[in-house]
Amino acid sequence: MNQPTTRQGVAFLLNGERVDLESIPPTLTLLNWLRDTQRLTGTKEGCAEGDCGACSVVVAEWIDGDLRYRAINACIVFVATLDAKAVITVEHLSQFGALHPVQRNLVEQHGSQCGFCTPGIVMSLFARVQNRDKQPLEDTLAGNLCRCTGYGPILDAANAVDADFAHAMFEPQHQHLRRELATLQHDEHITLEHPEGSFFAPRTTAELARLLQRHPDATLLAGGTDVGLWVTKQQQTFEVLISTARLNGMNAVKREAGWLEIGAACTYSDALQALGELHPAIKALVRRIGSTQIRNSGTVVGNIANGSPIGDMPPALIALDASVVLEREEGTRELALQDYFIDYGKQAIERGEFVRAIQVPPLDSRAHVGCYKISKRFEQDISAVSAGFYLELDSDGRVVEIRLAYGGMAATPKRAIHTEQALRGSVFNEASVIGALSALDTDFTPLSDWRASARYRKLVAGNLLRKFAREVATGQSIDLWPASETPS
Amino acid sequence: MTRAVHQSTPHDSASLHVAGSARYIDDIPEPPGTLHVYVAQSPHAHAKLITLDLEAVKRAPDVVAVLTAQDIPGTNDCSPVMGDDPVFISSHALYCGQSLFAVAARSRDAARRAASLAVAQWEPLPALLTIEDAMAAESYVLDTRTLERGDVDHALQNAEHTLSERFHIGGQDHFYLEGQACLVVPSEDGGVHVRSSTQHPTEVQHTVAKVLGLADHAVTCEVRRMGGGFGGKESQPALFASIAALVAHHTGKPAKVRLDRDDDMVMTGKRHDFRVDFTVGFDASGVIAGVDVVHAVRCGMSADLSAAIADRAVFHADNCYHLPAARIRSFRCLTHTVSNTAFRGFGGPQGMLGMEQIIAAVAAHLGLDPLEVRRRNFYRPGADTTPYGMVVEDFVADQIVDELADSADYSERRAAIVAYNASDAAAATGIRRGIALTPVKFGISFTTTHLNQAGALVQLYSDGSVLLNHGGTEMGQGLHIKVAQVVAEVFGIALDRVRPSSTRTDKVPNTSATAASSGSDLNGMAALRAAETIRDRLAVVAAERFNCAPEDLTFADGTVSCADQHLPFDALVKAAYLARVSLSATGFYATPKIHYDAERFQGRPFYYFAYGAAISEVSVDTLTGEYRVDRVDILHDAGRSLNPAIDLGQVEGGFIQGMGWLTTEELWWDSAGRLRTHAPSTYKIPTAGDRPRDVRMALWDQGENREDTVHKSKAVGEPPLMLAISVLQALQEAIWAESSQAGMLLDSPATPERLLMALASQHNE
Repeated sequence: MNQPTTRQGVAFLLNGERVDLESIPPTLTLLNWLRDTQRLTGTKEGCAEGDCGACSVVVAEWIDGDLRYRAINACIVFVATLDAKAVITVEHLSQFGALHPVQRNLVEQHGSQCGFCTPGIVMSLFARVQNRDKQPLEDTLAGNLCRCTGYGPILDAANAVDADFAHAMFEPQHQHLRRELATLQHDEHITLEHPEGSFFAPRTTAELARLLQRHPDATLLAGGTDVGLWVTKQQQTFEVLISTARLNGMNAVKREAGWLEIGAACTYSDALQALGELHPAIKALVRRIGSTQIRNSGTVVGNIANGSPIGDMPPALIALDASVVLEREEGTRELALQDYFIDYGKQAIERGEFVRAIQVPPLDSRAHVGCYKISKRFEQDISAVSAGFYLELDSDGRVVEIRLAYGGMAATPKRAIHTEQALRGSVFNEASVIGALSALDTDFTPLSDWRASARYRKLVAGNLLRKFAREVATGQSIDLWPASETPS
Repeated sequence: MTRAVHQSTPHDSASLHVAGSARYIDDIPEPPGTLHVYVAQSPHAHAKLITLDLEAVKRAPDVVAVLTAQDIPGTNDCSPVMGDDPVFISSHALYCGQSLFAVAARSRDAARRAASLAVAQWEPLPALLTIEDAMAAESYVLDTRTLERGDVDHALQNAEHTLSERFHIGGQDHFYLEGQACLVVPSEDGGVHVRSSTQHPTEVQHTVAKVLGLADHAVTCEVRRMGGGFGGKESQPALFASIAALVAHHTGKPAKVRLDRDDDMVMTGKRHDFRVDFTVGFDASGVIAGVDVVHAVRCGMSADLSAAIADRAVFHADNCYHLPAARIRSFRCLTHTVSNTAFRGFGGPQGMLGMEQIIAAVAAHLGLDPLEVRRRNFYRPGADTTPYGMVVEDFVADQIVDELADSADYSERRAAIVAYNASDAAAATGIRRGIALTPVKFGISFTTTHLNQAGALVQLYSDGSVLLNHGGTEMGQGLHIKVAQVVAEVFGIALDRVRPSSTRTDKVPNTSATAASSGSDLNGMAALRAAETIRDRLAVVAAERFNCAPEDLTFADGTVSCADQHLPFDALVKAAYLARVSLSATGFYATPKIHYDAERFQGRPFYYFAYGAAISEVSVDTLTGEYRVDRVDILHDAGRSLNPAIDLGQVEGGFIQGMGWLTTEELWWDSAGRLRTHAPSTYKIPTAGDRPRDVRMALWDQGENREDTVHKSKAVGEPPLMLAISVLQALQEAIWAESSQAGMLLDSPATPERLLMALASQHNE
């Protein structure tokens, strides 16, 4: 690729019409822009933190020569990040007077009561239909809260949609979006200058490194599922905001010699398949991270780079012995993921550095892996405790290699070193686990908060290990609702 | 003949909802110059305000006005009843999040940023935060009330068995998807037009008038629809409407208050949390001789609607069971937390859960199937008087329970679960199952008798189309479509000829809140009468033309007929207009038969009861406390339903909302009295995935109101919420299967943590 040039401003499609914006506040959210500036009020604000889905819109992106439709939360997406994309709001679906099949079914099946969540539900279901998405329906809707219906009529309506008919009906708009979006694709860096701050969306990691060198105090923005809340909930502004989302080639999982490399711009949705193929337990875990909308925006790297003590993915990745690739102008370095987390809010990252990728080594087919997430609500909740376990046994069933990583138990995601030590070399079963549990008290002194008490955290952390032992013994995972039985 | 009532017609706004064109307050195009208001709050649960310096706020960019208690021309009070809810703090903060001052600016952001520049000095005071704090300090917001019937002490002393237990019931945030919102436009003569997301436009009107020092006629409140209410928009919108109206009054500009979700959850009241203590006396077959129950009710910092809510808990402390002797004491605790308020069920759920837990404890103690204990204590002829002296004339819970237990194979499934729980598979996985059937009997009528009145205004235009207005508000429950069906039925015209319109205090005055499940009972009847008044006038015109008696006319399928003479309805309307006949009418309804002596806690507070029953089956992972509701069977009595699809929507939605209340929805305050679960990231209402996999739900086909309600229907808004008590009890059954000591009652919400800790405490015993 030639050295990319830089362009000022963003261009995208709103409901099929081209929009050019040269100077906007870098943190202007799509929701506020739609409602306040465009007067498109079908998209609602329910929480302004990406948790209720009332603001769901669909973004179509140009991927490998075709369009991919994804539902996102407009409340925490910045307009500045929409370059070369197409935004579709609920108003666009019934523009020719006829309701889209998703909409019509919701009417006929009594899927709306107060109606406030309904446009968001329409858009989530529209994206599902348009992408011919086969994930369980409750995964599609996990990010759309409805307080009235109890969901039954919504699920009925969704199940009754004739996808072929829906596709045919949207085909003219689809073709129009294809044509128009093709003309918007480019390889330039983007800058936006505004009195409230500057925004950069570099196309290459080299340019990102250069920008960070020049603006070492810049805030890095990936999917915005965290940074968006700093804006909507804390009214933060940023002098310099640098987005990783446009980094070329960084939005996918690369596979090489059994290794996975998850690039900085790779969303959970992008990574789901590759991570899921590693192990069923990881697949089940990723399904429970955020919601479809959050996984469509949030990145794996962002989930790690921000250093949250309760991120869902870090314990699993630590258990898998993953490493981070850190880059700056002077070059790159690798670091074991477990060493990246130093303390609350403190990571082993230097000024001018960014997390370029996460690398996951090949998984030994004899290894046992367990991933667990404990939360008040099964779906779309922040974990009270999360755990990632990796275990290799010898032919006598003795522990050869063991990595037990927990989230929610300390100021950072952390390995249970003493518990590992207590188990290493012994026969792995529930009895030996119970014997080793006192070491867990040495490893962790968890806190009490609104997600869980310290007592519960300790108890359940040990019990998860007992559960893992039972699963290892039988080779069967213990699930209340096995995925295969999940209705769709 | 095509009927309009008893049909599953979609919600009148459904096609607007799905298209995104249904307008809520924040979607209404803002009039030019609209100011955006941010309400600044107390950071303390209990503190004396020493100084409040707002100079920096006033100087902040784009700020137009800053208002405090000193700027109120009328009365600094927005309470519904007792005069104890100031609009702005004047001297003391009584909860964390209490309204302190308001900033009006040209944008939401500017108002919010400016508010943070205030400098307040406080003298923190000791705060009572919990029921335990308040009970220890004997801190009550209202007098303690006792309902007593029969000789309780004698009954308990002579009972074969007695049990005493205590458990806690958590509160619940409404989590309506549309937060509190209000847009006020000043009018030319000093009045205001208030558009509010409220269940109670009249109260908003009256409160705004009181705060501004105006007569009621100077204030109009209008509401087209709410994005959910659930009781949270009964008394709560008055504060925000008052503040927006104050800004409009002081600046002469339109003003909007639209709360961010966090502010909404921090500032507004919730379902009351309860501590329930009981002693029950019973015989070896589980027949109850008497109960002594104590409700300790966290009301928060003011009375709000707590008197009626705590009373309703007392009225439902029997649920479906005859209590020969009963004493129910109700302590209304004053705490330095947000004032708790109406929430679907209005105290009924807590009272009912108390009784159902008594049944569960008795059954566990005796080793009986709880369903048997329920059946042995049901109201029945001769044992049909409630503790408050009302004879239960319409008891059908026994029939509903029998039908449901049969259709859902309750006994077989229970036996299979008992066998499973004892199996090796259960031991190997740690997964235990539980099943429970619980019935609901819910009293219908406002217990404050004078509220049981409603008005409607029906306007028939000369083209034969009808504009329908009544005092009820639409919050998603389908009230407007049901009332429209009633009116279409009267005229015998197609439903699309009847257009429901905004609820407005200048069309129908002095209305009651759309609450207590009463919306279609009251407003449906008022609209029916208004429509009948007009139809009677039309009948005179038609009878003259047909030369027949008015009572021989039929109005059906858009045609007015007498024997073989027919006239299109629209033509008759046109003829009536030309004959100078009035084509608009008001209708009024007051519920008959009800009376209630509040002093003595005796009377007939309810016109009738609504009934239902549910069976829930759950699985619990006893290593983690996580659980799933696997199946639910529901049979619910909506009388002769005006709209079965709409009513089933209430049943299912109410059940899931009740399940959230009792399972995942946990309100958590820190030791400083700050609510820390104030957004969906931390406060977890059910998602689509929490819906039981297998839901089998029906309206009871024998349902028919024995009282003369509108088309023999029954109220359906609140009762189904309490069907979810079956979920809590199924979880309890699953926990008890793990234990040698069944009978320990679960506190709610029964989060995975509560379940695991309950298991752990049993193991330790």
